Amino acid sequence: MSKKMHIKLNVNGKDEEFLAEPRELLIYTLRERLNITGPHIGCETSHCGACTVTIDGKSVKSCTMFVAQADGAEVTTIEGLGGPDNLHPLQEAFKEHHGLQCGYCTPGMITRATKLLEETPNPTEEEIRFGMAGNICRCTGYQNIVKSIQAAAAEMNAAKEAAE
Amino acid sequence: MIPAAFDYYRPQDMKGVLALLQEHGDDARVMAGGHSLIPMMKMRIADVPHLIDLQDVGGMSDIIVNPDNIRIGALVTQAEIINHGLLSKTAPILREAALQIADPQVRSMGTVGGNVANGDPGNDMPGLMQCLDATFTVVGPDGERHLPARQFYEAAYVTARADDEVMTAVTIPLPNGGYAYEKQKRKIGDYATAAAAVQIVNDGGICASASIAMTNLSDTPIFSEGAGTALVGTSVSKSALDAAVAAMLDDIDPTEDNRGPVAFKNHVAGVILRRAIENAWLRA
Repeated sequence: MSKKMHIKLNVNGKDEEFLAEPRELLIYTLRERLNITGPHIGCETSHCGACTVTIDGKSVKSCTMFVAQADGAEVTTIEGLGGPDNLHPLQEAFKEHHGLQCGYCTPGMITRATKLLEETPNPTEEEIRFGMAGNICRCTGYQNIVKSIQAAAAEMNAAKEAAE
Repeated sequence: MIPAAFDYYRPQDMKGVLALLQEHGDDARVMAGGHSLIPMMKMRIADVPHLIDLQDVGGMSDIIVNPDNIRIGALVTQAEIINHGLLSKTAPILREAALQIADPQVRSMGTVGGNVANGDPGNDMPGLMQCLDATFTVVGPDGERHLPARQFYEAAYVTARADDEVMTAVTIPLPNGGYAYEKQKRKIGDYATAAAAVQIVNDGGICASASIAMTNLSDTPIFSEGAGTALVGTSVSKSALDAAVAAMLDDIDPTEDNRGPVAFKNHVAGVILRRAIENAWLRA
């Protein structure tokens, strides 16, 4: 066992401090240490995207980052996007447009989609499929995921226009 | 998946990195985005008792487009390559290739330096850099060395970089003419079954120069001088394409693996190179 490190993280706006071995993967920190269980462990080999979180503004697969690398970072998970009483437009759209079946991939899908819509607020279907290529869903066939993201984009753009 | 335990360091400058490499020798490895190294550590293929994270070391995160060359810091990510407007105008093949690497999340962490320094024959940037005649800058205890990409790769994971040296930048001459990076892969996130990088110059309908490199078809990337030569002085007709593909097939040495037998890989290499040359020539 290697020496434990003093780690500071800000997760969904809340400061966290703890001692951890540097080899701890961030997904385990989130799920088992901080009890933030939205991000899931799917393949654990950087392919499936179920563990996707946002770290300092980047979409990252948290199974492929050591907690030591994230020391000092700001992390956003699905829990930081919205809850049952204040769903994020993407959460609302996935619900309305049946963008999930079993729901296992959904937290990673939605977290990734928030970054996609930040970078490309009005994406074409092709841009959605390309921008979501790091997230695998074994239920839906993706069609309703694309629809959900398109609907959320329209909703978010309309809200932005109304605010201006 | 739990990697073997290691000590973690995050030095603030290159002096600190080099001191750690001196102290720990073979037991230390530097890491940029970690998207090649961490999976290998998780599978315990790589054992790294001392892990040196480069993320706080300055001076390696810029893309600088000069009048006659482009300097890309080793910590520049694939996502930054894709999103850099001026780079996409001056050397569009970089963006075209980066878009075919892995997936968006991996591209937000994976770096140019890691991709070229790792020495994995499956990485896309080494062949691309050979096509572009790039120079790699490494720094070690005796200072900087500048190593041509075309002479950098010796075998899988064996390169001209010494263990106590760190890759800091990639410099490429401003590319000319048409370009294409074509890659055949089984699925998103997979390495290439075959990939080809082509830069080609059209002078009044005649090919004035052509540079061709192939990915994942040998234990190193393959710069095929013969394939380029077969096109020069021609109008890139079918017979010239055939000659270029034949020359390339002489240079590669694929092995059978889960992407297919040797005959299939040779076939795909030919299809992909033909497509890349045709595309590049249309853009030239």
